[in-house]
Amino acid sequence: MDKSELKVNAIKDGTVIDHIPAKDLFEVIKILNLEKVDNQVTFGTNLDSKKLGKKAIIKVSDKFFKDHEINKIALIAPKANLNIIKNYEVIEKRPVELPSTIKGICKCMNPKCITNSEPMSTKFDVISKEPPALRCFYCGKITDREHFIII
Amino acid sequence: MTNKSLISITDFSTNEILRLLEIAEDFERHPEPHLLDGKVVATLFFEPSTRTRLSFESAANRLGGRVIGFSDPNISSVSKGETLKDTIRIVSNYCDLIVMRHPLEGSCRYASEVATVPVINAGDGAHQHPTQTLLDMYSIKKTQGRLDNINIFMVGDLKYGRTVHSLVQAMSPFNPIFNFISHPKLKMPKEYLDFLDSKHVKYYEHEQFNDIISEADIIYMTRVQRERFQDLMEYEKTKDLYILRNSMLENTKPTMKILHPLPRVNEIAQDVDTNSKAYYFEQALNGVYARQAVISYVLGLKK
Ligand SMILES: [Zn+2]
Repeated sequence: MDKSELKVNAIKDGTVIDHIPAKDLFEVIKILNLEKVDNQVTFGTNLDSKKLGKKAIIKVSDKFFKDHEINKIALIAPKANLNIIKNYEVIEKRPVELPSTIKGICKCMNPKCITNSEPMSTKFDVISKEPPALRCFYCGKITDREHFIII
Repeated sequence: MTNKSLISITDFSTNEILRLLEIAEDFERHPEPHLLDGKVVATLFFEPSTRTRLSFESAANRLGGRVIGFSDPNISSVSKGETLKDTIRIVSNYCDLIVMRHPLEGSCRYASEVATVPVINAGDGAHQHPTQTLLDMYSIKKTQGRLDNINIFMVGDLKYGRTVHSLVQAMSPFNPIFNFISHPKLKMPKEYLDFLDSKHVKYYEHEQFNDIISEADIIYMTRVQRERFQDLMEYEKTKDLYILRNSMLENTKPTMKILHPLPRVNEIAQDVDTNSKAYYFEQALNGVYARQAVISYVLGLKK
C-alpha cells in the first residue's frame, strides 16, 4: 500500500479502485451505482499521484466487481487499478483492462443507429484502449470518450 | 443456421466479389428464368425507394421467384409500433430471403442476426448499400474490360455519398487511381483518405472540373443536395461548378464512361444523355444482373 492509500481508512474485505483521475471520480461512483449500495464506501480525491497528477481512490467493503463492472471502470478510467482485499491483505492487484469487444455497457453516440431505437443490446469493437474509443458493430460509427453514456 | 447475408460490401472477400461479378455476367448472357422456382423473396422497404425496390423485384422475378413485401411502412404493422425484431422474425417464416431497406443505420445487420433466412441490405440510412457497389463494379468491368488500373473521377457530394465511400473501398484492391472533385465542404472524409493511404492507393483532390478529366476511364457523378449547405447562397454559387456538360467531354478518352447512381437532378446536363459516353441508364440495367447474382449466391443456388 502506498502512502496516499493510507489517507483513506483500510478495509477488511473488498475492493480498492486506485489510480482514478480525480476529475472522473464521481462518474466512476455513478456508473458503479455506488450511490445506492448498502456496502461501506469510502473515497478520497485530489491525492497526489506521479502518474496522474491528482488521483482519486474508492474503497468498497465486501464487494468484488464483476467483469461487466470492471469494463465500465476501464471505459471511464483506463489507468485504474483494482486491489482485491481479504482480511486486510491485498491478495490481488491488477489494472483494469478493456476486452477487444464489449456488449451492452455503453450507448452508441449515433442518434440514427438502430441500437438507439430497438430494445436491443449494443455491441462494440474496442478500437483504442487509451483513450478508449468504440466502433459500433451495427452502424460502424465511432463513440469516443467525450460521448460515452454508460448504460 | 448458417446464413450468408450481404449487409456491407466488406462482408465479402475480393474473391467473392469477383465471383459475384462472374455470376452476374452469366445471368446477362444466359437468363435462368427457373432458378428461383418455388422460392419467395420478401422486399421490406421501411423507407420508400421505388427504383431500388423495382430493381430487386425485377431480379427475383426474372429468376422465377415470387415476391412479397411492402413499400410503405405506414401501411404495415411497423406503424403500430412493432419492433424490427418482431417484424423480421415473423417475415422469416413467410420467405426464403429478405431484401430490406431501412432509415436507421445498422438496422440490416441487426435484422440478419434475428432472421432465420438470409438478409440483403438494400440501404440502411447513410450507412451501406452494397448491391449498388456491386453494380458499379460490374459496370466498370463491363465497359472497361477489366477492374485493374482504372482511373476513376468522383464528382459532387463525396462527404455524405455512401455509394462513393463503398466504391472506394471495394475498388482499392485493384490498383485504381482516384480523382476527387468536390466543394471543400463536401470533400471525401479523412477516414477514407486514410484508408487509401494505408492501401497505397493514389488519389488527388480537386475543387473544380478541369482538363485532367481527359485521363478518366470512369467519371462517377453524384447528386449535391441543397440540404447539405447551411448557407443557401453558397449552394447557389457552387452547384453549377459540378455540372457535367457535353462540351466538356470532347477531349476525354473514347472508352470513358459516365456513371451515376441515379436519380440525378441537374448535375449531368441533358445534352450528355445522347453521348455514347453516357452509361447511367445501362448501369441501372446492370443492377438487375448484380442483384440476381447476390440473390442466387446468398440462397446457395450459385457458388
Ligand atoms: Zn451504432
